This record gives sequence, C-alpha cells and structure tokens, in this order.
Amino acid sequence: MTLQPLMDGLVNGSIIGLGAIGVTLTYSILRFANFAHGELLSWGAYLALTVSAALGALLPGLGTPIGPFSFGWSVPIAMIASMFLTGLVALTVDWLLFGRLRNAGSAQIILVMSSFGAALALRNLLEFIYTSSPAYFTTALQISRPVLPGLRATPDQLLVLVLAVVMVVAVHLLLTRSAAGRSMRAVSENPALASLAGIDTRAVIRMVWMLGAALAAVGGIMSGVVVQIRPTMGLDLLLPLFAASILGGIGSVPGAMLAGLMVGLAEAFTVQIIGAEWRAAVSFVILVAMLLLRPQGIFGKAAA
Amino acid sequence: MIDLLSYGAFFLTMALTYAVICLGLNLQWGQTGLFNVGVAGFVAVGAYVSSILTTPAIDGRLGGFDLPIVIGWLGGGLGAGFLCFLLGALTLRLRSDYLAIATFGAAVVIQLALLNLEGITGGPFGIGFIPRPFGTLAEQPGLFAAANLAVLIVLVLVCYLALQHLTRSPWGRVLRALREDEEAAKALGKDPVTYRLQAFAIGGFVMGLGGAAQAHFIGFIAPDNYLPTLTFQVWTMLIVGGSGNMRGAILGAILVWAIWALSGSLVASVFPPDQQARAASLQIVLIGVALCLVLLLRPYGILGEAGTLRAPLRRALRRTPNSLSEGQKTNV
Repeated sequence: MTLQPLMDGLVNGSIIGLGAIGVTLTYSILRFANFAHGELLSWGAYLALTVSAALGALLPGLGTPIGPFSFGWSVPIAMIASMFLTGLVALTVDWLLFGRLRNAGSAQIILVMSSFGAALALRNLLEFIYTSSPAYFTTALQISRPVLPGLRATPDQLLVLVLAVVMVVAVHLLLTRSAAGRSMRAVSENPALASLAGIDTRAVIRMVWMLGAALAAVGGIMSGVVVQIRPTMGLDLLLPLFAASILGGIGSVPGAMLAGLMVGLAEAFTVQIIGAEWRAAVSFVILVAMLLLRPQGIFGKAAA
Repeated sequence: MIDLLSYGAFFLTMALTYAVICLGLNLQWGQTGLFNVGVAGFVAVGAYVSSILTTPAIDGRLGGFDLPIVIGWLGGGLGAGFLCFLLGALTLRLRSDYLAIATFGAAVVIQLALLNLEGITGGPFGIGFIPRPFGTLAEQPGLFAAANLAVLIVLVLVCYLALQHLTRSPWGRVLRALREDEEAAKALGKDPVTYRLQAFAIGGFVMGLGGAAQAHFIGFIAPDNYLPTLTFQVWTMLIVGGSGNMRGAILGAILVWAIWALSGSLVASVFPPDQQARAASLQIVLIGVALCLVLLLRPYGILGEAGTLRAPLRRALRRTPNSLSEGQKTNV
C-alpha cells in the first residue's frame, strides 16, 4: 500500500471537480441535468488541440517545452482560446435547442432528454472529425519525481492541481463577490422574483453557459495533458460529474470541487485495492449511497 | 424472391424485438413521464438472464440450465423488472432527473459487469449457442424465418393488448393524472411514488422480455450489443412514433429500424472500408439531430397520444398567450 493513489486521485478529482461545477451551475440555474456537459470537456480538449497544433505550425518556437513541463506556450494560449470557443459551442447549443425548448415552456424532463440527444450528436461529430483514435498535446515523456516519501508526481500533474485550485477560488469569488455572481445566485434561488427585480435572466443564462463551458474546457485540456484526448472522454467522465455534483450538493461550487476530489480519490483507491476494471462503478456506488442517505448532498440545503 | 422474402422476415422480426422494448419504454415515459436513460442496461439484463437460463451447460461459466425458452423469457423480464423496481424505489421520491442519472449509472455498471464477471456473463465474448425458437426447423430457412416472425408478432400483440388494457384501466388513468397534474392527483388520494414505481417496474419487465426475445432470435450476445447507442435508438423510436401511444411505439420501432438499416447499408456501400467507422458516427450525429428536431417541432411524434385530450388541449393552450404552462413554469 503506497501513497501513490493519492496523487492520481487528486489529479483526476480536480478534473472531475471542474466539470462538476458546470453541471451543478446548469442544474441549479437552468434547472435540468445536462447530459451533454461531458461533451463540453471533450470539445474543449479537441478545440485546444486544434488551436495548439495550428500555433505550433505557424510559430515552431511555441512548441518547445516550458521549464519542467511537457508542453510549450502553444498549449496555455490554446487553452484560453478553447475556453472561449467551448463557451461559444455551449451558447450555440443553447440557442439552437435548450433556449427554444425553454421558450416553448417544455417540461424540465424534455430538456434532459434533448441534452441526451445533443450529447450523442456532439460526441459523434468529434468522432467523425477527429476519428476515434486517441490524440496527444505532446509526445514528450515526463519522468515523475518524488514529492513526498512514497509519492511521486510529474510537473504536469502538480500544475493541474494548482490550476484547479486557482480556478475554483476565482469562480467562488466571482459568484460571491461580484454583481454578476449575485444575479446568478438570485436566478438560482427564485427565477420569477429575480426577473421581477430587474435581473436580465437571459444574460445570466449566457453567463452560466460561458462559465460552465470554460471550466469544462480547462478540465478537458488537463485530462488531455495528463492522460490523452479521445472522443469518448466526456462520456466516461459524465457519471463521475453527476456523482460529484450530487455529492457536493446541487448549486454549491466549493461542494462540487470537494466532491470531485473525493470521487477521484475513491476511484484511485478502488483501482489500487480492487482493480482498474471496476473503476467506472465507483461513481455509481457513491451516487446510490448519497441518494439513500443524504440526497441533498454534503453542502446542500435540505429541501433542495 | 425467396431471399428477398426471408430478408424481409428477418428485418421485420428484428424490428419487432425493438417494438417490444419500445412498448416497455412507452409505459415508463409515454404514460408515466419517467425518463429512463439506461434502456440498454435493462435490455441486457433480460437477454443475459434468459440466455443463462436456457443455454446448455458449459465449463467455466455459471448457468447452462437448459430450461425451456418460455421460462428464460419470463426470467429475463423479471430480472429487468426487479432492477427497475430497485432503482425506482431509490430515486422516485426525489427530483425527476435523479431517476435519469441513476438509470444512466446503472447502465454503465451493467456494461462493466457484463465485461468483467466472466464466470457469469462470459466476459467480452458473451454467450453463444442461445437456443432459437423452432430450432428444429433450421434446415428450411424460409419456414424457420416465418416461424420466428410469427413468434414475435404474437409477442408484440400480447404486450400491446396487455399494456393497452392496463393504460385504459383506472390504474392507467391515475398514471396520466399524476403525469399531468401531480398535486391534483395527490388531492384525490393517489400516492405518486407507488403508482410510478409499479409502472416503472412493469415497463422494465417488458423491456427485459424484448431483450430476451432479441437474444434468442440472434443466437449470441456480447457486451458490445448493449452500448448507450441502443438506449438512444429505442428512445428515437418512441419519440418518432409518438410517446404515449402504444401503436406509435410499434410504428416508430419499425420505421426507425428501417431508416437505421438502410442508412447503415448506404454507409457500407458508399464509403471505403477504412472510412466506415467515421461514416457510422455521422449516422449517429444525424439521428441525434433528428431526435432533437422531433422534440422541438413535433413533440408528440407521428401519431401523438391517442384516446386522451392531452394533445388537443395543449394545442389550444399554445394558441392563447399566458397559457397554463407558463403559470406552471414559475411554480417549479
């Protein structure tokens, strides 16, 4: 028994946490479980891959690795671009599909179902464009270095952890300290009252998509840097995302991040103790346990 | 000519196995409004339970009980129905989309179990030599295909009549009342969780039955047959045919299976072999878009819900501004 699963779990948990923040925001503000959110992680990763490859071709200097990391400046620049582009993807889907259903007064469950259709279309579109074979940001190999006794990590993994903490603190401050965040929370509490108070609900909805998609893009890119990029990566992450957002309590950003880390750690230790083939079942077990014992989640309010 | 006829029989038999699954989903969604994202998982449970019960004994795998096919089918249905009952009991008292998330998770775990529990499911290679109905007729392909088709027609008819009877009974009226206005139905003393749980479990039974019939018709099963694409196909069938309408479910199954099979053979003939996997993914994109379009443009499908006032009522409401659905939205 070593401490190594701790590092793997924290890294994967950060990725799950960033995705779960988007799920929890769409769930609490737009009021439906978005089955297409996993695809935003995949799209974020592929969009960044495309931008970074284009940058690398134009300015070969950007491809040389920065310091101890496996990638050059093209990847961070591509990440910024991809956060924005993935936001545009989410806004386009909302404009084409979810927004129209909302305006038609469709039941919440119709939105859930349409997100399921959108997920299939988005995922298979990626598979059509990029084929199903895995892709990588760089082919450079990284050697993991000891961080603590019995615990090794690559510089990329440590960067993922730091970046995840920075993103969560930024989102938390945005939601609690800014006017935009206040209006988002108001719509989440009571949409009718919020729009009576003069809050532009449509602007809030746009913000939710941009924010959720940007975080998903970062999560997808992180997963691409430390593992690989595949069209099905979002589908594989979907159940952990839902488990984390329910475990953390719907609507709670710190809850989603913390729960994401817990899901990641539980998966890593399951791989260590039981075997890698059962990894995907961990989220389901957590989900069932939460629904049985505390459906409102750790940080959720009782009558959620 | 014989070839064409037997291909027609094969195609129709396959479509009818989907029709059975679709009828089960229609009870869960069309009549009760429960969103099941794990259809593939419940179909797989039906197929595997039935196969384990009816195949001859084999080394290295549980089962091979060599039981009659009818018992296998009933067992498959009961297995899937029981699983639906458990998931429903877990989530139906919570928010409506928790059921969706839980069924999605269940399908993921069932897929894992099929792959990893080699002692029970045969692992990635699945189970072969599943006995076919009228296996003794296999020498005469025409007669064999016709007999199989007849079995499926009878099965679809039985399911259709039974479900039609159920939904027209007072029990079915309570389901629709709960779907349309839960508060009003509760005020009349109907407990939503009990009724929904019953509908979800019975729907699961029918789905499992369809899965079992399909396994016995194909003759071998493997985990790859039960990927999320299956869930999606069945959903498209129901939505296209008209959710809430049992005849719509059957029509949708045949229609969508025909489109699927035709576009599949089109892909196979137009694209070079190395590009076929890519082209197949485009096929799914198009059907995903089609599902969203139906939800946007014709939410009640081709046939719509029969025998109730729902569709005409909704149409009338949509014409008046500040309709009822607007009022409901702010209450949520």
